[in-house]
Amino acid sequence: MSSLLARFAENSFWMARYLERVENLARILDVNETFARDSHGAQDWLPILRLHSDEERFFDLHNEADAESVVHFYVLDRRNPNAIVNAIFLARENARTLRHLLSLEIWLQLNIMWNWISGLDNRDLNLADFSRLCARIKEGCQLHSGLAEHTMYRDQVWLFYQLGCFIERCDQTTRLVDIKYHALLPRLQDVGTPIDVSQWNVLLRSAAAYHGYRRVFPRQMTPTTVSGFILFDPYLPRSVAFCVREMRRIIGDFQSHAELRHVVLPTDTVSRLEELASRQPWQVIAGGLHEFLDQVQIELIALTRQIGLTFFGHPAEVGEPLAVLVPGGTAA
Amino acid sequence: MSGLLAKYDPDGFFCELFGTPERPAGHTLEIRARLDQMRIAALRRRAAASERELYGLGITFTVYSDKHTIDRILPFDVIPRVISRDDWRRIEAGCIQRVTAINLFLDDIYHRQSILKNGVIPAELVLRNVSFRPEMIGHDLPNKTYVHVCGIDIVRDCEGTFRVLEDNARIPSGVSYVIENRHLTLRAFPDLADNIGIMPVSDYGSRLREVLAEIAPTGVGDPGVVLLSPGVFNSAYFEHVFLAREMGMPLVEGRDLLVMDGQVFMKTTGGPIRVDVIYRRIDDDFLDPTRFRPESLLGVPGIMEVYRNGRVALANAVGTGVADDKAIYTYMPKIIKYYLDQDPILPNVETWLCRNPSDLAFTLAHLDELVVKPVGESGGYGVVIGPKASAEELETCRAKLKAQPENYISQTVVDLSVCPTLVDQTIAPRHVDLRPFVITGKSSWVLPGGLTRVALREGSLIVNSSQGGGTKDTWVLE
Repeated sequence: MSSLLARFAENSFWMARYLERVENLARILDVNETFARDSHGAQDWLPILRLHSDEERFFDLHNEADAESVVHFYVLDRRNPNAIVNAIFLARENARTLRHLLSLEIWLQLNIMWNWISGLDNRDLNLADFSRLCARIKEGCQLHSGLAEHTMYRDQVWLFYQLGCFIERCDQTTRLVDIKYHALLPRLQDVGTPIDVSQWNVLLRSAAAYHGYRRVFPRQMTPTTVSGFILFDPYLPRSVAFCVREMRRIIGDFQSHAELRHVVLPTDTVSRLEELASRQPWQVIAGGLHEFLDQVQIELIALTRQIGLTFFGHPAEVGEPLAVLVPGGTAA
Repeated sequence: MSGLLAKYDPDGFFCELFGTPERPAGHTLEIRARLDQMRIAALRRRAAASERELYGLGITFTVYSDKHTIDRILPFDVIPRVISRDDWRRIEAGCIQRVTAINLFLDDIYHRQSILKNGVIPAELVLRNVSFRPEMIGHDLPNKTYVHVCGIDIVRDCEGTFRVLEDNARIPSGVSYVIENRHLTLRAFPDLADNIGIMPVSDYGSRLREVLAEIAPTGVGDPGVVLLSPGVFNSAYFEHVFLAREMGMPLVEGRDLLVMDGQVFMKTTGGPIRVDVIYRRIDDDFLDPTRFRPESLLGVPGIMEVYRNGRVALANAVGTGVADDKAIYTYMPKIIKYYLDQDPILPNVETWLCRNPSDLAFTLAHLDELVVKPVGESGGYGVVIGPKASAEELETCRAKLKAQPENYISQTVVDLSVCPTLVDQTIAPRHVDLRPFVITGKSSWVLPGGLTRVALREGSLIVNSSQGGGTKDTWVLE
């Protein structure tokens, strides 16, 4: 095992995060296009803008949040830093920097995906075909994950890659559930009663959770069971509980690398995430789902910052914990 | 030839595939026969597949415009350039002779300066040269090697004589294309290359890695070796990635390195780790902002002092630019004679140094027959080719020559040899040059072949990629 430049660790971490983000954004857009309709059949695209805190940026460019303008804003608009095209660009830029440490397959696929997405224009965003476009974006990301799993050398690059993956996935799962929050809240009194099952169906499918859910809850489908499953099920690869468990495992793996044995990442944030992930669904719904999701996101930001301080050589800001070093280490 | 090559006519130039009517190329008979049987449509298809592959691999130059960044591939021509064993022996020996002389010259001018004291070269040409680094005076290097990697630009004239056009002793680039082009050809043309016996190019990386380990500071057991790049925005970044991967070494930028306690370290996830040898792909000027350009963000503050103290090795050494200067080039035959007591195996192109009044007078009198080159430029910029220039261009050139003669050299126009090249729907002759790469540690080794650049525009003699040039795979026969 050899040493790894701090900058490359960061590139690997962010390459993974951007691609995970793209996949999830494609899921969210697809879901919203399919089911974000009110009782009159009109679509509501505001929640997506709120979810990403993009309202101001969006309304600087558009008067109305209709399907076409929001979809363009999130897929192809280079002026929107959160757009899929920009996330793929950034994933590819990170990969370009890291390229000598990546397999040829990973680079080739990512480069081709970038060439494809950067060549799309408005005509390709035809709403009738939008689901297919989202599927193709997701497939691109999944092909990438498969190549990473099959071809990446299992050194530090891989550890930071995985860590980026699970932090981002955890964050995006909270956002995916949050998008249904506005529909859920006014009906708090209806918890446990039959609801518009089709919408929850779609939410489960968007998290690739439908079949798993049916195995655990063959008959029931309530806001509590559905959001509880997506957030807390230990075997669902997109659940918060699953992602947090993976984070803990990966951080443990850092200790098995001779080059990193003397570096200690503070794990208070992971512990808090574990506590959050161990809550009961009914507790969370009763205490405010949105607040809970917010708290998970805040802890993920804190964890990212600690990783930056400990491994990427980011400067410590006032009041932040410094990387803890055990004696004998060479880091300053 | 009755097929693909039936109508091919080199138009009086020396052809790399056919030779000349007086000196036909016997070594390419089999390759010619195979090529001749191919159809143009099939050739086009294979060429398109190679281009797609290059694009997919991202083996591209990044072109920056106002709004967008555009990735362009360096055009690759699928018909290889073939060098006979005998020609190669001559090129190889000539390159090694040249690099040996350059290293002796650099060691001399940074130590005894005997060549200057003996008046073989005007002292001010060396000592006042912008690329001369006083910091290097008295600094001893392992094996007295300054130029570990050298790229020598060679052209072939109408008689078939190989001549050196330029020495690249700073940070020559292009070797990654040599190796990638071979991969492309073997994938596109397995039938053309089958059983021909082509010398491999795949061990360049391990050869260079070997030399880099050799030059580590004394007492270092297992040296930490890195490749120092200006970063992703550099047009040669693809090559830096390629070489770092081939040699299994970290690809670092200046911001990843720091000087501490008289040593160079790189910043890793586990803290600073010592670096002993740096294969640097950034110019002297940008290496150390405390010594050279203070505004440079690409370099490592304090690295020159560590280097001077022998605690880190650099390849190439600092201060090699003085040897590949266009003015010094003119003296290269004398330099070879002075240090090796030999005549050059590969002659220069006839050159006039316009700083000399008689050379200037000759140049002005024959302006429409000569090539005029600015001393300090590279990449084909500022070159005026007399026979092809308009009257107006010649007058502008004349004025510049008179104003600052020391900034120019002039050379005879070499009618570069040609190679059959796929152009639109036909095979046509296009001019080529050759850049072999020489690696030097205790001894020198030349990568068989080198980079063949081809001027894709009809009649053009300028092969630089910035001026519409492409590349070809270069085969040296066993």
